[in-house]
Amino acid sequence: MGYFAPESLVDALTAAADGAKIVGGCTDFYPALAPGKMPTDIVDITRVREMRQIAKCGDGWRIGAAVTWAEIAAYPMPAYLSCLQQAAVTVGSVQIQNSATIGGNICNASPAADGIPPLLVLDAKLEIQSQSANRTIPLAEFITGARRVDLSQGELLTAIVIPKVMLPSGSSFVKLGNRKFLVISIAMASALVVVRDHRLDDVRIAVGSCAPTAVRLPLLEQKLCGLSVNAVARCRILSAHLAALTPISDMRGTVEYRVMAAGELCRRAIIEAMPDG
Amino acid sequence: MAAPPIEFCLNRRHVVTDPSTGERLSHTLRERLDVKDVKVGCDAGDCGACTVLLDGQPVCSCLTTTHQVQGRHIETLTGIVQYDEGAKQLARAFQNCGASQCGICTPGMIVSAAALLRREKSPDFDQIEGALGGVLCRCTGYRKILDAVHEAAHHDMRTDIPLSAGIGGRCQRVDGEAKILGTEMFSDDIADADWLAVRIVRTPHSHAAFEFGDLERFQNQNPGISAILTAADITGSNRFGVIPGFIDQPVFAVAKTRFRGEAVAALVGNPTVVTALDLDRFPVSWRVLPAACSLDDATDNDAPQLHDTYTHNEMCRGYVQCGDAETALEQADVTAEGTFETSFVEHAYIEPEAGCARLSAGRIEIQCGTQAPMMNRESLAEILGMNPSDIRIIPTAVGGGFGSKLDLSVQPFLALAAIKTGQPVRMAYSRSESMQSTTKRHPARIRMKIGAQSDGTLSGLTYEGQFNTGAYASWGPTVINRVPVHASGPYTVHDYRADARAVVTHSPPSGAFRGFGVPQSAIAQETLFEDLAIELKMDPLEFRIHNALGNGMRTVCGQVFQQGVGIGKCFQSLRPSWRAARHAAEEFNRQAVADGHNLRRGVGVAGGWYGCGNTSLPNPSTIRAGITPDSRIILHQGAMDIGQGANTVIAQIFAEAFGVEVMQLTLRDADTDITPDAGKTSASRQTFVSGNAAKSCGTSLRERVLRLCNASADSTIIPEEGMLIICDGSDRHQLDLRRLPVDDLGYVIFAEETYDPPSSPLDDNGQGAPYAQFGYAAQICEAEVDIALGTVRTRRFVAAHDVGKAINPLLVEGQIEGGIAQGLGMALMEEYVPGHTENLHDYLVPTIGDIPPVQSIIIEEPDAFGPYGAKGLGEHALIPTAPAILNAIRHACAARMTRIPATPDRVLAAMGTISDA
Repeated sequence: MGYFAPESLVDALTAAADGAKIVGGCTDFYPALAPGKMPTDIVDITRVREMRQIAKCGDGWRIGAAVTWAEIAAYPMPAYLSCLQQAAVTVGSVQIQNSATIGGNICNASPAADGIPPLLVLDAKLEIQSQSANRTIPLAEFITGARRVDLSQGELLTAIVIPKVMLPSGSSFVKLGNRKFLVISIAMASALVVVRDHRLDDVRIAVGSCAPTAVRLPLLEQKLCGLSVNAVARCRILSAHLAALTPISDMRGTVEYRVMAAGELCRRAIIEAMPDG
Repeated sequence: MAAPPIEFCLNRRHVVTDPSTGERLSHTLRERLDVKDVKVGCDAGDCGACTVLLDGQPVCSCLTTTHQVQGRHIETLTGIVQYDEGAKQLARAFQNCGASQCGICTPGMIVSAAALLRREKSPDFDQIEGALGGVLCRCTGYRKILDAVHEAAHHDMRTDIPLSAGIGGRCQRVDGEAKILGTEMFSDDIADADWLAVRIVRTPHSHAAFEFGDLERFQNQNPGISAILTAADITGSNRFGVIPGFIDQPVFAVAKTRFRGEAVAALVGNPTVVTALDLDRFPVSWRVLPAACSLDDATDNDAPQLHDTYTHNEMCRGYVQCGDAETALEQADVTAEGTFETSFVEHAYIEPEAGCARLSAGRIEIQCGTQAPMMNRESLAEILGMNPSDIRIIPTAVGGGFGSKLDLSVQPFLALAAIKTGQPVRMAYSRSESMQSTTKRHPARIRMKIGAQSDGTLSGLTYEGQFNTGAYASWGPTVINRVPVHASGPYTVHDYRADARAVVTHSPPSGAFRGFGVPQSAIAQETLFEDLAIELKMDPLEFRIHNALGNGMRTVCGQVFQQGVGIGKCFQSLRPSWRAARHAAEEFNRQAVADGHNLRRGVGVAGGWYGCGNTSLPNPSTIRAGITPDSRIILHQGAMDIGQGANTVIAQIFAEAFGVEVMQLTLRDADTDITPDAGKTSASRQTFVSGNAAKSCGTSLRERVLRLCNASADSTIIPEEGMLIICDGSDRHQLDLRRLPVDDLGYVIFAEETYDPPSSPLDDNGQGAPYAQFGYAAQICEAEVDIALGTVRTRRFVAAHDVGKAINPLLVEGQIEGGIAQGLGMALMEEYVPGHTENLHDYLVPTIGDIPPVQSIIIEEPDAFGPYGAKGLGEHALIPTAPAILNAIRHACAARMTRIPATPDRVLAAMGTISDA
């Protein structure tokens, strides 16, 4: 087959069924490619019409898997999607954002994927299609480990579906790295807050780069839920709230640092996520 | 069925090409379509040098498949500077602002900036940073790039800076236009696509024994491989190095490898075949041996010994002593001491090593990027068993060097491959090969103690430094000689003892890197100075001024300079900025505490000095010039320009001495066949040493011209067609060049002059005159620390540099800003860990968003030996930077850093917020 860049989903699914390597923006594909290991068959999904669109659907949003981060950043979206748009502009550099796709970010499943924490707080679901079947799966279940996803041969991640969030709501993304651009995070946090009657009615927090996969922090969410808006700034985050994190020590930071930093990033993310007024 | 060809629009031309499956657009553009202005620095989207516009949007062409651009529009630098108004303005502004040094990042920068200017007519600095954040530059420190884009966008371009300037004038780089228009030829831009490719087989282990399997069978199984090279193919000596007595590195390892990435074999053949080979199938078996990679590992009693010539893995020592350090420390009112550790630092020039070679009339010609063409030739002669005159090195433009391109890299492999196959050959290191196998800055562990009297006068200094020199010597002995000479800093220390040792380890060879060990030492010394100033409740700047060396004072080597010592003036010039910034920071912090927020500001200062040229060794430069019968004045200038500007500075000096404009010269760039030896581009010696040779050469040539018509010394020389017009007061002579005899080189008038700076050997106590001149520097850093996360952001630098005489102030600023960027990287983020950070996303160097404004203060304390008073500058620029940043962190949040880089976790550990990182 060689290199195939189908324009329709039907053709893409047919090609995927043959076991070819699936590529999107190639920003993770090439760096991971060892010399002399070029696949003989490649299916490039970046021209598939059905995977190129951002659209409101039902109560929420549907983002095609081949949509780039630059397109997400530029698209008019409501405040609760700020976290995703903020993450979009921290992915690598302008060059990377112009090529890299949201679907590729998910399927590559790096522990430090910038797109995952926002999508976790947005309760994103993924549409998976193959020639024989379609299924929808929550993002948290799709990523099964560091660089491991629940995707069989012949299946494509075609779209990300984000359910509507009640108003007034806001969301945020905070990335900690040791330089300004082109940086893999030491830790990152995303938060989503829904306010009702001056109280936090719904709080969702996710942290990346501090476990094999980005994770939600249910204990912290429970603690914050119901707090009055004015109490948020004084809220103390304890290590017990971060129990879901299992970071490693590497050249970017130690375990102890990462846990401490994650707590601080969560604090900042929550404050930043507070809806205006 | 063959796949249909790919068609797209390239710089407004329709092109058709036939890429292989998964072929990178960068490869198609460079190798199939000959678009060499697209540079490849990393093949991973980390450096942005390969940026092109895809339907108007910047993308990395190394991460774009050629198939993806089917039917779309691709634009590259050479295209847009022809037709895009914004790009044309950018090109002008880059030249005017000195925004291009080595030039390898320039295509990525201008292309990215042009995309910004198409959508944003008047971007602010934040928008420019955002647009250029994906392109790394290792030379300029980015500030001049930001200025250039801003200037181009806002149409506030002054008239262009001149093409020529005398001494002290800002003029355009003589090689600037080629870099900015994308026509400059770098090391991988020369060879044709069909030349045989060379690919190295490297060990993945730090220490291993190995045996080859059946190489002949492997070759036969893979049609297209023309040759497999191993140590058995070396016709001369399988050893290279740079310091006599320390020539210890094999081209190909024999039986045993001593660092991860060491070469054991090379494949030569059809480029498509060789690059597509899966080297996991190469017949070699490894037996992993215990490795000693760190100083601790290698100095352990049971450590494996790397070379049987050394005991306890100690390669060499350097020592300087004067007075009685112990007694002075005992008599001091206060003392400070500490142990400081630094990391491997990678040069991270954006151009990986590359080159090509071919046989020509029984000789071998090698084109490559290098800082030392003549040294390369001599080393290759030993390796190849050839006469040096049968080897020609033609350096290409160099996409950054910083010390590492002094050493051989691709050259021996290219030469051996060309000789064995008889075919022209080429190779380019991948980024990871470059990082694994080329030299690094030495990691150091420095134990230092300094005393002072209650009035601040220094009283005793002891220094013990261990330097991890890696598996082979490279420039380790030079570092070890330099460090004890410089470890006092530019201060008066009467009682001093400094002992430096190089330890061999199973790590990549540590070699030359801007500053040769002095930056590591300055971190220890300047941090202890901060301790002393705090202890004595003295202002840190005044403490340094009090102890600064001056004319007529003895250095720790007993050398006394009666003139030219400018460190005092450097520090004094910082006083107004220092006082204002310290005051503002302290105000800010008072408010921050009151408001309960996380940011703290601090201001730090540090000084530095650096001896220009080789330490107590001859290092002559020779410059040649001649006048042709058709009145061209030809300058043979072999001082390698690696971005710092030697091509321009040497021409300015020569033009001044001869008495014409730079633009009236015809330049002959470095080539071992046509330029005499101007030594290596290293040790901040080219402006000083080659500059002196150029000045003498210009003066000699001028004297010869004037003598031919008995004109007086202050006559004016005006070249005209076939003649020189000599105006001597009211007399006007016509010197008809076409009637003069022509020499073998084609010249009618000719001069060649050599300069070797005076120095004397050091005795057993390191006493003597190691250098003819030092240059001096002092810098202030303003930094902001987020005390909850430990992150550090620098806000501004003020950098005072005594350069004796700024031959070209634009280039001086470029060196200062670029040096600061490298010093900042070393202080805050750069740490090479073999096996873990062998790319430019895990190994971080500063981006355009990480370098704050730099205010340069040029101090001109003339040096009696320097050409027009000039001193070297290249290394000085980064020596004070890291300690100034660390002292700023200290001032901001009391974190005393003893381990660098000062990553956020280490800053918080130093603050006591978390345990040791």
